[in-house]
Amino acid sequence: MHRLELEHISKQYPAVKANDRVSLRVKPGEIHAVLGENGAGKSTLMKIIYGAVRPDEGTMRWNGEPVQVANPAAARALGISMVYQHFSLFDTLTVAENVWLGLDRAWALADVTRRIGEVSATYGLEVEPARPVHSLSVGERQRVEIIRALLTDPQLLILDEPTSVLTPQAVDKLFATLRQLAERGCSILYISHKLDEIRALCHHCTVMRGGRVTGEVDPTQETNASLSRLMIGEEPPQLQHQPREAGSVVLAVSALDLPRQDPFGVDLHGLSLEVRAGEILGVAGISGNGQQELLAALSGEDLRAQPSAITLAGLPVGRDSPRRRRNAGLHFVPEERLGRGAVPTLTLAANTLLTRTETVNPQGWVRTAAVRGLAERIIQRFQVKAGGPQAPAKSLSGGNLQKFIVGREIDASPTCLVISQPTWGVDVGAAALIRRELLALRDAGCAILVVSEELDELFEISDRLVVIARGRLSPALPVAEATVERIGAWMSGLWTTEVAGDAHAAA
Amino acid sequence: MLRLEARPVPSQAMALASPIIALVLTAAVAALILVGIGKDPVSGLQIIFLEPLSNRRQISEVLLKATPLIVIAVGLAVCYRANVWNIGAEGQFLMGCVGGGGLALWLTTQGIVLPKLVGIPLVLVAGMLGGLLWAAVVALLRDRFNANEILVSLMLVYVAQQVVNALVFGPWKDPKGFNMPQTALFHASLHLPPLLERTRLHIGFVISLVLAVLAMLFLFRTFRGFQLQVGGLAPAAARYAGFSARGAVWTSLLLSGALAGMAGAMEVAGPIRQVTPYLSTGLGFTAIIVCFVGRLHPLGIVAGGVLLSVMLIGGELAQSRLGLPNAMASVLQGLLLLILLACDTFIDQRLRWSRSTGPAA
Amino acid sequence: MNETALLINTALASGTTLAFAALGLLVNERAGVLNLGAEGMMLVAAVAGFAVALTTGSDTLGFAAAALAGAALAAVFGLLVIFLNTNQYATGLALSLFGYGVSAFLGVSMVGRTLSARETHAVPVLSDLPFVGPALFSHHPMVYVAMGLTVAIAWFLYRTRAGLLLRAIGENPEPAHALGYPVRLIRLAAVCVGGALCGLAGAYVSLVTAPLWVEGLTAGRGWIALALTVFATWRPARALLGAYLFGGVTVLQMNLQAQGVQISSHLLTMMPYVATVIVLALISRNVAFIRLNMPASLGKPFRPGS
Repeated sequence: MHRLELEHISKQYPAVKANDRVSLRVKPGEIHAVLGENGAGKSTLMKIIYGAVRPDEGTMRWNGEPVQVANPAAARALGISMVYQHFSLFDTLTVAENVWLGLDRAWALADVTRRIGEVSATYGLEVEPARPVHSLSVGERQRVEIIRALLTDPQLLILDEPTSVLTPQAVDKLFATLRQLAERGCSILYISHKLDEIRALCHHCTVMRGGRVTGEVDPTQETNASLSRLMIGEEPPQLQHQPREAGSVVLAVSALDLPRQDPFGVDLHGLSLEVRAGEILGVAGISGNGQQELLAALSGEDLRAQPSAITLAGLPVGRDSPRRRRNAGLHFVPEERLGRGAVPTLTLAANTLLTRTETVNPQGWVRTAAVRGLAERIIQRFQVKAGGPQAPAKSLSGGNLQKFIVGREIDASPTCLVISQPTWGVDVGAAALIRRELLALRDAGCAILVVSEELDELFEISDRLVVIARGRLSPALPVAEATVERIGAWMSGLWTTEVAGDAHAAA
Repeated sequence: MLRLEARPVPSQAMALASPIIALVLTAAVAALILVGIGKDPVSGLQIIFLEPLSNRRQISEVLLKATPLIVIAVGLAVCYRANVWNIGAEGQFLMGCVGGGGLALWLTTQGIVLPKLVGIPLVLVAGMLGGLLWAAVVALLRDRFNANEILVSLMLVYVAQQVVNALVFGPWKDPKGFNMPQTALFHASLHLPPLLERTRLHIGFVISLVLAVLAMLFLFRTFRGFQLQVGGLAPAAARYAGFSARGAVWTSLLLSGALAGMAGAMEVAGPIRQVTPYLSTGLGFTAIIVCFVGRLHPLGIVAGGVLLSVMLIGGELAQSRLGLPNAMASVLQGLLLLILLACDTFIDQRLRWSRSTGPAA
Repeated sequence: MNETALLINTALASGTTLAFAALGLLVNERAGVLNLGAEGMMLVAAVAGFAVALTTGSDTLGFAAAALAGAALAAVFGLLVIFLNTNQYATGLALSLFGYGVSAFLGVSMVGRTLSARETHAVPVLSDLPFVGPALFSHHPMVYVAMGLTVAIAWFLYRTRAGLLLRAIGENPEPAHALGYPVRLIRLAAVCVGGALCGLAGAYVSLVTAPLWVEGLTAGRGWIALALTVFATWRPARALLGAYLFGGVTVLQMNLQAQGVQISSHLLTMMPYVATVIVLALISRNVAFIRLNMPASLGKPFRPGS
């Protein structure tokens, strides 16, 4: 008998059919992967299982009995528990208070604290119940989410992209915990698009594409190529990354010290890096280690740095506004699109004015024809699927909007481009185009700094890598000398022991 | 179950229809109220909404009252689009009365007679300065102290009212005025030139239209206007682009303060011709409603200004002819704004019947 | 009576209106909803309470009617802002303007009317104590209700799971929604409770402080209460204290006017408002402090499923 059986589940949204007659079967104690790229319908399916969304048609069986999950509380009562990717913890409350709010039973706070300690010990998930959540790292927060889920004695645990916030070593620990859980009879639904992990961890895998199931396989018998074919219908696109002789230093950060502005932020200590013309420097690291603060200092949104701490072609820009920096050739693509990279309700044409002011008269008048022309040029060159330059930014899909924003900055022919999470949440086609364009820009002599949480991506496009951890930067490593394990260790801040070890060995 | 869902593209039809629907619903409620207090709804509605447009003199009064509403609301539109919530236009208006009125009083009592082309612009500028300085207090406190501009600007309204009182009960009291709290009447050289003979309508109305056009150009054709709007629509995007948030606060507050002040100067140099304790009639607050009815767009504000002016005058007419309390106009104004805000939500959202539901709330 | 004791007595009495309003707004804002319609709600409640007390002769019924009126207006506001997602600032403002008009309209026949002479209040035995007696124990029952309410709200917010949930929703409604809590209904409930308390605040002016009705009776106290919640950094005890302090300022300027002090009466009347501005500036200056204490989702719309 299966623990969970979904039969012909469908869900239609105004613009898209998110799930099209999807069927899924999970056995007790099985670790079952749901594989698919962004937009394949995985999240919707999980929301249906968890009771946050009702399907238009289809049936669900729980331990053989047909059920209707009306809301998340009903799902929890059945024994279904979900560990979210984001948005599920209250920053200003403590670990114990957060877990308390996530439980349905009327327990006292003291009992909850005690139970947290028990579960924590059983599964090796260390947390301090009295700490406020905002002081936890992202990995620790995930542990709180898992503990909260475990306290409900689940029979089915759903994990949504759990490893995007973990170092490679922490991923191994998570897998150990999950295997332990599965051995005790708990079924696990593991949502991901990371082929290596699924092949390493999961017993069974349902592959989705465009809302439909394209295959049900045993991942241990598959290769990355075969899974990829099921997931996107073809082999993953190969990028041409030719080694290049890098030119002179374009962007230099020297001993940047910045105390945090946000009480929940990270202090930066003595950051130093260099990006040369014609090279891509990748910055790896788990989110919450200082990336936001570094990027704000580079883009000019934070003006507290010493003027000479950040130089562009030798000129100090540390106190220059974003507009000044763009005039000097430094452009920036932020990780948030709607609301930061673009204004949702304004047209694509108007959105060019955020960073491209060559269409404005010296007297301050906006030349509307020129603005529209610029938007059209970007749309054409970067294959943005949109209703024209007058389309509001929020009408574009994530991938297309990202193509537009990246295109807007690349089209400015910058001497230096800083870009954060270039392909997060973007479909495979758009991601490939963006990475191709970045490589082309680099070949044309631009200095590019890429901050990304996707190690695979960084390995694919970078010439050199650094790691940011707890507000400090590791030394730079040519990508040929970098391995996933080494970078993973550095993500925990362990490059200093390595350096010390080398020095010791050399002595 | 009835659900509200986002529209993929905002509805143009609803954007245009919304104020009309709101007006119709407000009139309907007005009719109900009239029935409730025992008055004939038809004649009541006719007096409030139609009578003010029935003859030349009435229309001139409507346009006269619309003038300060338009001028103030145009300034507020710039503010609100920048997400700076200046609620104290009434206070800035009063300080414009003080500034313009003060200069006019001084010129009158000193016996200085200036040619109209000089004197009147000076009075208007003095009014603008008064309003601008009053708004500058709000800007300073927000810029330096991060103090909420809504509360500060509002508190300053009460303070401004007392300032006016202190002046007209004290140093500005007309010595020949039988101890009444009011200033002397201003010299004729300082009266705004009339626009339509045998009416009180003056060139201020034309000025208001010009200001509306200028504001439109500023908001939609200049880069500065664009920056202000981005600051209001998406503050993070404005920071990313490098648009100064502090600059937006100062620009929008100083601009709206100056415009409210000019409206004040136009009132004292126009129909009233002196400073009295009764200048604060709530024009600054009605202007807020005008601003929203006009959808924060200068052209819409002109229409909205006329509409609310009609309602205000209609209310006065209804009071004298039907014995309706004057507060009726106040009620209808507030109601219009509430209903309009509700209708406006259907520009970006729509109601749908759906079987599949999400969580209860 | 001892001068200081008298001052404390009148400060407490005068500040009770602000206390009710500030507590109500605090509950609102802790859930993440900013209601700028406080002044409007207070005015409508004041006139409603006055009308009921006038016709029935019962103050208690008057207060009850006022609470209902406040809650009703707040419910309208809540439906617009929470379920239709209208702009919180504009809607609150509209409510204030609407409330001003409605109260003036409803109160037209009662302008200048006063209620029968109010009896003096004294707690038996305790009010005879020296100093503390007149200062603390000779008040209208509603003064004590305000104090009790402060304790009750503090206990609710910090000692119960429901209060924890309310505060959590005020910080960030998304996780609460993800966990399956009816966020919008909870916010609506908070808004209605806030409205009811603002109603009591309004009725206190028309039934106790004045006790009469004129247009605009509350003279901006609703707005001052909004400033008070910031001053109190959203904590009930501090809100009560702040209310009494402001009550003291109001009383002080009235006393000075009555004594014929050589300052223009108009300047004295300005005092509470100027004081509010100064206090706001001082408390808001520490941006980090405010951010740590302010409910993070205050004023932001919440759309489930987005």
